[in-house]
This record gives sequence, structure tokens and C-alpha cells, in this order.
Amino acid sequence: MEILNAFFSAFVDSSSAAFALAAIGLGVHFGYGGLLNFGQAGFMAMGAYGFSIWTAVVAPTENWGWHPIASFLSAIVVGIIAASIYAFILGLPTLKLRGDYLAIVTIAAAEIVRFSVRTTELTPITGGSQGMTGASIKTDIQEINPLPSGQYGFWVFEAGAYDTWVRIIGWSLVAVAVVLVWALFRSPWGRVVKGIREDEDAVRSLGKNVFSYKMQVLVLGGVLGGLGGIMYILPRALQPDFFATPTTFYLWTALLLGGAATVFGPVIGAILFWALLNGVRSIIGVAHEYGFFFGLSSTQAAQLSFVFVGIALMVLVVFRPQGIFGNKKELSFNV
Amino acid sequence: MSKVTAADLISGTNGPGVAKKDPIIVADGVTRQFGGLKAVDVDHLEIPRNAITALIGPNGAGKTTLFNLLTGFDKPNTGTWSFDGTNLAGIPSFKAARSGMVRTFQLTKSLGRLTVLENVLLGASDQKGERFWASFIPGIWREQENANREKALELLARFKLDAKKDDYAASLSGGQRKLLEMARALMSDPQLVMLDEPMAGVNPALTQSLLDHVLGLKEDGMTVLFVEHDMHMVRHISDWVVVMAEGKVVAEDVPEDIMKNQAVVDAYLGSHHDTDLGSITGQIEMEEALQAELAEERADADTEAATDKEQS
Ligand SMILES: Nc1ncnc2c1ncn2[C@@H]1O[C@H](COP(=O)(O)OP(=O)(O)OP(=O)(O)O)[C@@H](O)[C@H]1O
Ligand SMILES: [Mg+2]
Repeated sequence: MEILNAFFSAFVDSSSAAFALAAIGLGVHFGYGGLLNFGQAGFMAMGAYGFSIWTAVVAPTENWGWHPIASFLSAIVVGIIAASIYAFILGLPTLKLRGDYLAIVTIAAAEIVRFSVRTTELTPITGGSQGMTGASIKTDIQEINPLPSGQYGFWVFEAGAYDTWVRIIGWSLVAVAVVLVWALFRSPWGRVVKGIREDEDAVRSLGKNVFSYKMQVLVLGGVLGGLGGIMYILPRALQPDFFATPTTFYLWTALLLGGAATVFGPVIGAILFWALLNGVRSIIGVAHEYGFFFGLSSTQAAQLSFVFVGIALMVLVVFRPQGIFGNKKELSFNV
Repeated sequence: MSKVTAADLISGTNGPGVAKKDPIIVADGVTRQFGGLKAVDVDHLEIPRNAITALIGPNGAGKTTLFNLLTGFDKPNTGTWSFDGTNLAGIPSFKAARSGMVRTFQLTKSLGRLTVLENVLLGASDQKGERFWASFIPGIWREQENANREKALELLARFKLDAKKDDYAASLSGGQRKLLEMARALMSDPQLVMLDEPMAGVNPALTQSLLDHVLGLKEDGMTVLFVEHDMHMVRHISDWVVVMAEGKVVAEDVPEDIMKNQAVVDAYLGSHHDTDLGSITGQIEMEEALQAELAEERADADTEAATDKEQS
């Protein structure tokens, strides 16, 4: 039961929705646009910090008497703007260069962001290394929750009013993102972007402003990452160390699991990533109780789940390199 | 279709860099240095409008580099040039393409994981749906897209690629990719197409049909500049030939006379003066055979034109 719970709750959990959003963004970058972003966690941080600082520090409800809905929506907009500006700044010097430069800059910038928000001097604004408590960032969203308190859902999917409300928002955003990506990439705009992924110079020779398209792609995927960051902190608290490099690589795992240049791939990938991770972790927990892994403490044993997920990923890459939804044909060419 | 003569194109006495009556490209003092090597060193060059100009020269003469410079894919050390009267020096490549000069690449650049049809559709200019916000509203671009699709299919049929339209471009053969690239370049109805060895690797039977297509483009008012090593093709379709060697323009002339130019013979054979002269004699024999063939062709073309006139 415990194991099933851990496995299946990932299908509705808002963390999966948060990862799905960020993975969709990464899919826009890499799968469609061919941009190597190894710092999606940085974009998530921009969204999350933009949202949190606006809600808890600027606090329009408290200071300016705004309606909580206005405050909540404006906080999301602030998160989006923060992620966009971040994308723009990273893209400006790198998008004219070869792809590897963007990879280096994104990975470094994400760490710079994390270390910056952690500095003690910034504690009044960012909360320093402690981040911000859940209570301080949840004020508006709790206020506008239309669900009366109580339990919702059934079986392992049951949750309280607040969590259900966050789930509704999270999965609605995922739905919007999926439709958005689908609409974009069946349009001529998407065709240009996919063309750039294949060969920039060819697209340039046809009169398209490649730099501008790449910038649009970087901002779009970054904004989706920012929304993912916001959704990730809403059920818990703002923790600066969540936005470290491992998060980026979990997102890559989720993306490759589902299939990079697909609409639903990142969503299913994110769900499966959490389902497998939590499922395996809980199996190990149960096994640990029964005396397996006797040399290890329970936390050490829990870390083993990453090993198993890693192995699962390797198996996947060997037997289904295009991901669950990917098109095998696309991969069979050496382009 | 009457053959253009030198007098129709140039003003003044002929020589490298001669002024044209109606130039579409005018380049001045264009140089490009790679380390110690001056790959391009063109004092003055004009490309005549509404004519087919061949750019020939030995390997490494700087033809591709000159193409790259003119289209903004490479930056010169010095020099200015204009296209259709507007200055293009320092203009990014996509803007050069938008102003009406579209090029193809010697090493083909097909977009592998796009279908053949998508490749060609990318060539269309001013597709409104290529703007971010407009792309969400199919009403804005659907009609244009359908028209483009029709045009693209026509082009693909012309290039014998229509059966492959839904295949990934990565699955095409080398020659087919050349064709695809040419079709894609023509999709935007450019004023000037610049083809870098368009027929390298293309089957001779198809070459003929494509040459006819290129000639048709000229009839429609397009200007063509192409690099080619196959002298047969050069003679067959070009109105004017520019010869480059070691980065410089060494000669210009009508195709019939270009090989008689001493500078050209030097350019091609200069580094092989000590080799067997038999190959040169061979060239001269070939030259004569070609002349005869060409005269025949021209006679054919003239009678054709005459019958055309009678019919209309
Ligand atoms: N990026 C580069 N870096 C260094 N040298 C270069 C570069 N591109 C070209 N060159 C040199 O410039 C010279 C001219 O090259 P280019 O490609 O223009 O010749 P080409 O006339 O097109 O020859 P081909 O007929 O073989 O295609 C060559 O000697 C080449 O080695
Ligand atoms: Mg060349």
C-alpha cells in the first residue's frame, strides 16, 4: 500500500506538474530548438524567487491593499518576467556562438543565481540560505482557494484542500503549456525553429533572423521553467538548494524518458520520473525495515533509489533511445 | 532564345572587372585573408542583371569564399559591395537573403529531420505564421501556407523529388540534397540566385532538365550566378563567365571565348607547366569538339525560336 501510494501519487502530485512544466520548457529548448540548456534549475529559480519576493517582500496585499487574486497573478507575472530577463541576458552573448557556449553559460549562471540568493546580505529579500517559509509565500494562494477545507480525491490520490488547489493550478498550467507547444510547433514558426535545430546557416540563407528565433525559444522555454519553479515551491517552501544542478539533470532525465521533441513526452517523463523514484525509494524503505541493506542507514538506503533509477534510464537509452513518445525514425539518421 | 553577346552586357573594352551595362552586383576592393593566404582579392567586379554568369576557377581559387562574403556568411577584411543599388557590406546574411539574393552551399545543408516538403516550405518568404504571436492563429497564415504548399509541390515535381516529399531530408542521397537545396532557394522567387556547384553529383539526364529550368528562370527576369567546374555546363547555359585564380578575377568573357584567354589557360595550368603537354592538346581538341556541338545547338535553338514565333 505504501509502495503503491508512493508510485501512483506521482501521477497527480503537483511536484510532477512542476517538473512537467520545466521539462516542457527544456523540450522546447533542446528537442525543438536544439539549444543546450544545462541550467534549467536557474530559470526555475528566477520564477520561484520572482514569485516569492513579490508575494512575501513586496506583498501588494498587505502594503498596497491589493486583492489577493491580483497579487497572486501579478506574482506569477513577476516570475515570468524574471525568467524572461534572465533568458535574455544569457542569450545575448551566447546565441551567436556555437551551441556549447550556451551550455556552459547556463550551467554556470544557474549556480551563480543559487549562490547569490543564498548570500547573507540578501537575507531580508531572498531569505538567504534558509529561503522562505511556506507560510510567507502561500498567503495569497490560500486566500483565493475556492475549495472549502476537507479531503478531496480518493484512494492514494486523496489530498487536503490546499494541496488539491495547488494541483488544479499546476495541472491546468501543464495543460496550457502542452496546447501552447503543440500550436507553436505545427505552425510555420515552429518549422523555422526546427530548421534552426538542423542547420542554422541554411535557415539564415533563406532570410530568417536566426538569432531572434533562438532568443524567442530560449525565453519561451525559460518562462516554462520559471512557472515550473513557482509550482514546485507552492506546496512546500522556497529552498535555495533545490535549484542546484541535480534538479536540472532530473529534468533532463524526465525529458529523455518521455522523448525530447514531443508534446506529451516531457509530461509523461516527469510523472514517470517521480513515480519511479518514489516507488523505488519506498520499496527500498520497506526492504530496509525487513533487514536488507543491513550495513546502511535508512537515509543511505534511500539514496540507492537514484542508483536504480539511473540503471532504469540506461536500460531505456539502450532499448528505446528516442524516449517513450519519440519517433525512432528521427533518431536513425546521423545528422 | 537568342544568345547574348559581349556587347549586350558590357560597356567599354573587355578585361577583368569590366563595367556592365546593367549590373546587379557591384563589388569593390573586397579582400579576405586567412592567415597568410589572401583567399579573395577582388579589385572590382560587376555581375550583369538578368543574365546567367558562371564563376569558374581552379580549386581553392576563392569562389566559395567570395560567395560567402557577398551573402554575408563571412566578413571581409576590406571592401564594399552593393546588390541592386543598395549597399550590402556589413549586412547580416539573413537580411541579404531577404533583399532578394538567395544562395546554395557547396556542401549541402539540408535540414535532416524535416521532411523534404518542409524544407522547401521554409524557403518561402514573408510567411506571416513565422511570427511568434501570429503562429497561434492559423487563420492568419493558413491560406498563405496552402499557396506555398502548392508552389513547393510544383518545384519538387520539377526537381523529381515529389515522390519523396514526406520523407526526412536526411534520407536523401547526395545529389538529391543538391536538388532539394536548389528547390528551397527558388521558393522565395529571389532576384538573384547564387548556386555553388549546383550540378555536382547530379545525374546528367536530370541536369539537362534543370539547366532548362535555370534558363527558364532567366526568362522570368531572374539573375543567376553559379560556380561550376563542368565546362560543358558552363558553355551550355551561361551568358558570361568570370574566372578567378588565387583570389583575383583574372578574366571575363562570353563562354565561347573564355578558354582562349591566356590568363585563363595560365590560371588552370599555371602550376602544372612541367606536366605532360598532351593533356593541354587534349583540352584544345575537346575545345573544338565543343565548339562544333555548340554551334549545332545554337542552330537548333534558332530554328526552335523561329517555329515558336510562327506558332504565336
Ligand atoms: N575558413 C577558412 N580558414 C582558412 N582557410 C580557408 C577557409 N576557407 C577557405 N580557405 C582557403 O581559402 C582558399 C579559397 O577557398 P574556397 O573555398 O573559396 O575555394 P573555391 O574556389 O571555392 O574552391 P573549390 O573549387 O575547390 O570549391 C583555399 O585555399 C582555402 O584553403
Ligand atoms: Mg568552392
